[in-house]
Amino acid sequence: MFDFLDSGQYDVLGAFWVTVQLTLYSAIGSLIWGTALAGMRVSPVPLMRGFGTTYVNVVRNTPLTLVIIGCSLGLSETLGITLGGTTFKETGFRLAVLGLTAYTGTFVCEALRSGINTVPVGQAEAARALGLSFFQVLRLIVLPQAFRAVIAPLTNVLIALTKNTTVAAAIGVAEAALLMKEMIENEADALFAVFGVFALGFVLLTLPTGLLLGWVAKRAAVKR
Amino acid sequence: MKLYKAGAAVAAAVALALTATACGGSGDKASGDAGSSGGAKKDKVVIGIKFDQPGIGLKNPDGKFTGFDVDVATYVAKELGYQPDQIEFKQAISAERENLISNGDVKFVVASYSINEKRKAKVDFAGPYLLAHQDLLVRADDTSITKPEDLNKKKLCSVTGSTSAQNVKEKLAPEADLKQNAGYSECLTALESKAVDALTTDNSILAGYAAQEKNKGKFKLAGLSLSNENYGIGLKKGDKELQTKINAALKKMVADGAWEAAVKTNFGPAGYKNEPAPQITEGS
Repeated sequence: MFDFLDSGQYDVLGAFWVTVQLTLYSAIGSLIWGTALAGMRVSPVPLMRGFGTTYVNVVRNTPLTLVIIGCSLGLSETLGITLGGTTFKETGFRLAVLGLTAYTGTFVCEALRSGINTVPVGQAEAARALGLSFFQVLRLIVLPQAFRAVIAPLTNVLIALTKNTTVAAAIGVAEAALLMKEMIENEADALFAVFGVFALGFVLLTLPTGLLLGWVAKRAAVKR
Repeated sequence: MKLYKAGAAVAAAVALALTATACGGSGDKASGDAGSSGGAKKDKVVIGIKFDQPGIGLKNPDGKFTGFDVDVATYVAKELGYQPDQIEFKQAISAERENLISNGDVKFVVASYSINEKRKAKVDFAGPYLLAHQDLLVRADDTSITKPEDLNKKKLCSVTGSTSAQNVKEKLAPEADLKQNAGYSECLTALESKAVDALTTDNSILAGYAAQEKNKGKFKLAGLSLSNENYGIGLKKGDKELQTKINAALKKMVADGAWEAAVKTNFGPAGYKNEPAPQITEGS
């Protein structure tokens, strides 16, 4: 039943490696972008608050497929932006990371904002009374505590991101979902086996992530 | 309190709407089931076709279906004793064709369905009714691609996971810069904006796109025969009776000229040179 795996025709591990790479780069990107967005949303400058709110609400509510295909059709094919990639393979990967970062960043921002709300207001007030600037308050007092509070929700975002990378197949990034499409096209007689292999692959990627970070979240949480 | 009342009213309205659609849905389903089982009344036949391939099988905005596969399906259904108004077309996307057939959701599938061994393990075929070749669609003024080797320096577009895309990667031109899009329409946009140099898949599908009103004169087929794809009509495994009937219908369609006419109307305007009708090889 699983003889298609032995044929050597399909590089399943390679495809999942691309999935992992997509996830890692997008996770790092969206952590940075999400933190910046959260900073904007709690900042004292109305313009930045406005931008943060608008961006989060618009992008979060746009289907990821649209975001990613928009990156490919709009940025790459129409405007000719290649992000330094020389082949479609490179460009596609980078565009997918860009799209996933833009999308996942909004969820990181919202998770982080809820974490900021767990920090008692008195701490920020005390820090301001000591003469710290807004950025110092955020960087030294609020964010360190906020991050420790939101490891569990961020884990959910990371797991969702891992699964969302399959959308990159729509613009031809050679990750797991694309290989699955190829295999379904060729192995009509083993449809459910092919599906099972890829479903299992994603379980193996996400389950340990959840268990590990769940444990970290318990250890790191600030006991109040 | 006022808010609560308004909320209740909205909830009631939504619930009503849901029940109403649910009724409509189940009603549709019931009539559909009667059709597929083809009971005593024998009033409807469900046929799987593509909904998104101009020239092959396309659902138009007005709900009508056009394309070569649609013409073949209609002709075969007529030979089986169904009038055109008794046909219900169901979308058969590539990955779902085998399941639609083996679950009995459709009586048969006419959806640019290439006959191959793996598929024959799951379903039976009648036909073939068309011999297609993998080919390239290029801009009308482009003369730089004349043989497969030329592709190695070109930017190429195809659909994610399709056989054509795999052929390019593995055999035809491993060096070519291949972009895989979700659909052929996206590739066509890229081809027009010169983001890619060629679009590759079966020539019948390409001819269908090039023959569309809005694309006339913009694109042409390169005329390379990069593979042989025998399109067959997929049906439930072991249904010899239906297979024989469909084969007979296909033979008649070729003999009375309806086949030739269907090819001309659906693929004609793009400089597509059709192969003669293929010999029936399945189950004869």
